[in-house]
Amino acid sequence: MKKTRILCLFLALILCLPFFALTASAAETVTINVYNWGQYIADGTDDSMDVIEEFETVYPNIKVNYMTFDSNESMYTKLKAGGSSFDIIIPSDYMVQKLIEEDMLEELDFSNIPNFAYIDDSFKNPDYDPENRYSVPYTWGAVGVIYNSKYVDEADVGKWDLLWNVSYMGQILMFDNPRDAFAVAQLDLGYSINSEDFTELTNAADLLREQKPMVQAYVMDQVYDKMQRGEAWVAPYYAGDYLMMVEENPDLAFYYPEEGYNLFVDAICIPKGAEHKKEAELFINFLTDPEIMGPNLEYLGYSAPSQAAKEYMDPEIASDPIAYPDEETLERGSSFRSLSLEGTQEMNRLWLQVKTADTATTVYSILTIAAIMLVILLWIFFKVRKRRKKARRCQKWKTTA
Amino acid sequence: MKSKWLSGPYILWMALFTLIPLGVVFYYAFTDSVTGAFTLDNLANIGNYLPIFLRSIWLSIFATVICLLIAYPVAYYIAHCKPGTQRFLQMMVMLPMCMSFLLRTLAWVALLEDTGIINNLISAIGLEPLPLIRNNGAVILGMVYNYLPYMILPLYTVIMKIDPRLIEAAQDLGCNSRQVFSKVILPLSVPGIVSGITMVFVPAVSTFYISQKLGSPGTILIGDVIESQFKSAYNPNLGAAMSLVLMILIFVCVGIMNRFTNDEEESMVTL
Repeated sequence: MKKTRILCLFLALILCLPFFALTASAAETVTINVYNWGQYIADGTDDSMDVIEEFETVYPNIKVNYMTFDSNESMYTKLKAGGSSFDIIIPSDYMVQKLIEEDMLEELDFSNIPNFAYIDDSFKNPDYDPENRYSVPYTWGAVGVIYNSKYVDEADVGKWDLLWNVSYMGQILMFDNPRDAFAVAQLDLGYSINSEDFTELTNAADLLREQKPMVQAYVMDQVYDKMQRGEAWVAPYYAGDYLMMVEENPDLAFYYPEEGYNLFVDAICIPKGAEHKKEAELFINFLTDPEIMGPNLEYLGYSAPSQAAKEYMDPEIASDPIAYPDEETLERGSSFRSLSLEGTQEMNRLWLQVKTADTATTVYSILTIAAIMLVILLWIFFKVRKRRKKARRCQKWKTTA
Repeated sequence: MKSKWLSGPYILWMALFTLIPLGVVFYYAFTDSVTGAFTLDNLANIGNYLPIFLRSIWLSIFATVICLLIAYPVAYYIAHCKPGTQRFLQMMVMLPMCMSFLLRTLAWVALLEDTGIINNLISAIGLEPLPLIRNNGAVILGMVYNYLPYMILPLYTVIMKIDPRLIEAAQDLGCNSRQVFSKVILPLSVPGIVSGITMVFVPAVSTFYISQKLGSPGTILIGDVIESQFKSAYNPNLGAAMSLVLMILIFVCVGIMNRFTNDEEESMVTL
């Protein structure tokens, strides 16, 4: 009996622990809500810098509440649906443009962000934010093809068609968001990745549907796990993430396809309705500080939009040909622009069709028709049986009476 | 009068959190996602997703039947144990439910994957790895595993409450054990079977996580499509229309089942 009492006391104490942690930091703190991509900030693992902890040490009265999303579209939906207040979001270029067009971003006060000066001129005043009033570049990078050199024949490598290669049936992963997935098909077909042409979109959708039986899964962040363990062999994904994955599994390799590829910038913004704009700007300034950006991006593997930050990075990483491709490779890249509302809707509609396209329709239809007939037959059977029984009982009653 | 007062909070709760949201679902299902004007397009387009509705319903029916076949003997066994053992076994049934549903499903992924625990064992002893994951079977397995307790518990409660004197009476009157089961125990456990089937079938039809993790892109279920409409496609109107149709289909399925069990019960009583 005593033992149970001690155990109970112990368990109760464990439950109380989080409260101690809370009360310790309760003195006049402001909490900023940061909404970022999954695995997109150095968090102290593998001897990296813990950026958020570092920030909280420098600004002891600001607490960071960090949350993640897995695609621009899911982030947009969450913002649009309302009910959540974020102080920092880090969307990609075309999504920044869309958010600006829909008046969903706060204008930044650059006097609070002096470190913006360290950003390279080529990343200032970008097409998606021409006057550079709403965003500060966080990273840039590109989409290429990751493959497992243990299983994939080098002869098949080089173009996007590796993702349609039947020899790797069931071992291929694909983006689980319409924009990135359509871009892959559009590039394979030789179209622009910003095309809104109806026939081009339909052709791209047909190509994606053709690919579907070969696809193991449509994934976003799960790609890490699956590629690192050799559960899947081929995946289109971001170059920076490849650099992170190859450290876990040296068999992985990467290439920028010949037909072209998507170049992107992810930028830090403050959405409308942010409660702590000033603190959020301090956070942006902190992230843009070369001394922070260097180690942060060294861990992430994504490319730094600032020469100054590169000086705080391992020189080998700062000159990596995958993170910083040469001029010739860069020329093949193209970036996303925000699509019109009709274009987006059309793409979403086609994407849903791709994802719901079914091969076993006839089997299920036959099964269903058979089941409906069975139900009707059984129903009739029961009705008839009941009536007969009733009749029999009536007969009995009559004869006895 | 008093009992009416006591049910007040629940009625209020139901109005606030069931009826009003249902109204919102209706509203969304009949309006356009951009302009907000009245439209029937969302519902008219549902036909395109018919195969997915059918697959969701079929996979759930299979899962429900398997659950019933597994759960009945288990519940029967538990109900006939000593009270102490009963409590222990009941807890064992409930134990997996204490863990997050997502974790349990992820655990199955780790077991079944091509490079997972089972296949590693199989290839370690020199056999060909089996295609355990990414098929309909794996999805059904996930459903059965996750929803089995919901079938066992109502069955157990009902079977436990069967008056042993009824069974003794049947035996006295010359029933062999098979007849005792089919004429006494089974008819008396019909209410448990009905609520078990409902509690497994309804969540299984609308499930969305299991098929993403254990299925392939070809085994997408209607729950996944609805989730994607709300989560990434930002088309809550189509999602609402799908939920509405799914709800009606579930009502139809459950209605058919109740109809049969009612007939059954009636015929049993009149025997």
